[in-house]
Amino acid sequence: MITDLKLTANELRKKILFTAHYNKQGHVGGSLSCADILTALFFNQLSIDPSNPKWEDRDRFVLSKGHTALALYATLALKGYIPEEELKTFDQYGSRLQAHPDMTRLDALDMSTGSLGQGLSAAVGIAIGAKRLKKDFHVYCLIGDGESQEGQIWEAANIAEKYNLDNLIVLLDQNGLQQYGWKNETNRKSPELRGKKKFESFGFDTWEVDGHCMADIVGALTEAKGQLNGLPKAIVMNTVKGKGVSFMENNYLWHSKAPNDEEYQQALIEMEGAIK
Amino acid sequence: MAKLALEDSKVLALDGDLGNSTRLDAVEKETEDSFLQMGIAEQNMVGVAAGLASVGFQPWVCSFATFLTKRAFDQIVVSVAQPNFDVKLVGSYSGLLTSNTGKTHHSLDDIAIMTTIPHMIVIAPGDANETEAAMNTMHQTKGPIYLRLTRDETIPAFLLDSEFEIGKGKMLAEGTDILIVSTGSMTYQVAKAIEKMDGISIAHQHFPTIKPFDKEMLLEGAKHVQLVVTVEEHYIRGGLGSIVSEILSEYLPKKVLRIGVLDAYSGCGTDVEILEENGLSVERIVEQIMRKWE
Repeated sequence: MITDLKLTANELRKKILFTAHYNKQGHVGGSLSCADILTALFFNQLSIDPSNPKWEDRDRFVLSKGHTALALYATLALKGYIPEEELKTFDQYGSRLQAHPDMTRLDALDMSTGSLGQGLSAAVGIAIGAKRLKKDFHVYCLIGDGESQEGQIWEAANIAEKYNLDNLIVLLDQNGLQQYGWKNETNRKSPELRGKKKFESFGFDTWEVDGHCMADIVGALTEAKGQLNGLPKAIVMNTVKGKGVSFMENNYLWHSKAPNDEEYQQALIEMEGAIK
Repeated sequence: MAKLALEDSKVLALDGDLGNSTRLDAVEKETEDSFLQMGIAEQNMVGVAAGLASVGFQPWVCSFATFLTKRAFDQIVVSVAQPNFDVKLVGSYSGLLTSNTGKTHHSLDDIAIMTTIPHMIVIAPGDANETEAAMNTMHQTKGPIYLRLTRDETIPAFLLDSEFEIGKGKMLAEGTDILIVSTGSMTYQVAKAIEKMDGISIAHQHFPTIKPFDKEMLLEGAKHVQLVVTVEEHYIRGGLGSIVSEILSEYLPKKVLRIGVLDAYSGCGTDVEILEENGLSVERIVEQIMRKWE
């Protein structure tokens, strides 16, 4: 099962790179950092039905770091929500696949996002709603570490504890980089990597795993889903921005940049190498 | 609000820790389960409402007008209005009358802010009965709506017609010299001001909905008068005065006098003092109109 998921994650990375290269657009770095997380969610954890995207008992997924919509669309294509061919329309005029998720254009999306910090509040609202409706679905929300500089993330975390949202699972893609960030001696960095401590202090059950180790991701997600103890969950995923492509890894310049032909070919060779 | 929540379990009241000022506490007293305390965090409160609406609830987000519309503006646009969620936004303590709290609590730009948002309906009723009718209509109408409320305790139930229909203005008085256009709390002030202006034939239109605006009624009423006056507890820029001026300049150019708060920060004082200072007391409304008319 884990091997299959790893292969799927590799396919997902290829789709992300294909889409960014084809359209010459996209936030590639952060899309690659969350590729394993999205694979684990959509191909192992979420209770969803691509043929019935509005099924009311489905698990919900909110991409709060909406700029990595590229990764989500590639996932939805792999999962069968949208034709793979449609990825060629990403970020184009009239496309359902807007640069940042627009739920009014695409049924498979549970929330419109793109202005950072907002998705987690919506996820909290969905989770409160689920409790009131006595529904047992879970609400997953993927946030970024750069995004967590937004105060609204912590406003939402505060309320999640107050309303005992054990049906809320926050996934923090902690890749340590943002668009520009703070300068240090060798590179640029996100200001700090204390996501676990912070969520703990906000009353969450927390996990911290290697966000590229499929077995660990699945393990943490499975544990988090199982603990209906009144506490919201946060899984800190330590990831690498640009993961899977050597020249993109840990380089903030790939935050929002599409590979040229040569870079794309090189990336594909690395993708092929990764599964051998 | 409590009545709506008792009638419909999908109606939820979200409070930003001001329920004992805005009287949203009535919901907690009547049906505690429908009352959700969100704390002093307006941005999150609006986002939570979006999430609740996505699973079928009708959240009413309640705070002071200035905090709700300015602090959470991006959240209102991105999380509520763009996805067209059935979220009701209630801004209490709009305008100047905020119980001696001064500049930070006055809300003089919320009409300007909220009317810029696509999908957003903006309502400012004139008295309590009209407010109740408007809230019933809001409950029946899917989609984001902003309700602008006043704290002015001196306004009686003076509107003879308290029915409410979104986008419909009300002709309160007929006249041929001047048309006075007002909204929200100022409609009562204008009604009193008109009593003091003998010898001039004054028409009075009240606009409980600011967006969509009842353009037809305005143009019909403005047709035969020589002067159109707008009165609002809001900056004269971006609010009712601007909307009326835009419509008239496009379809029926007329002389317009805009009465409202000018380009300045307001200060503390009693309701009477602040209205007087900003030209919104009955006497000052009369004085400004007469000066222009003469």
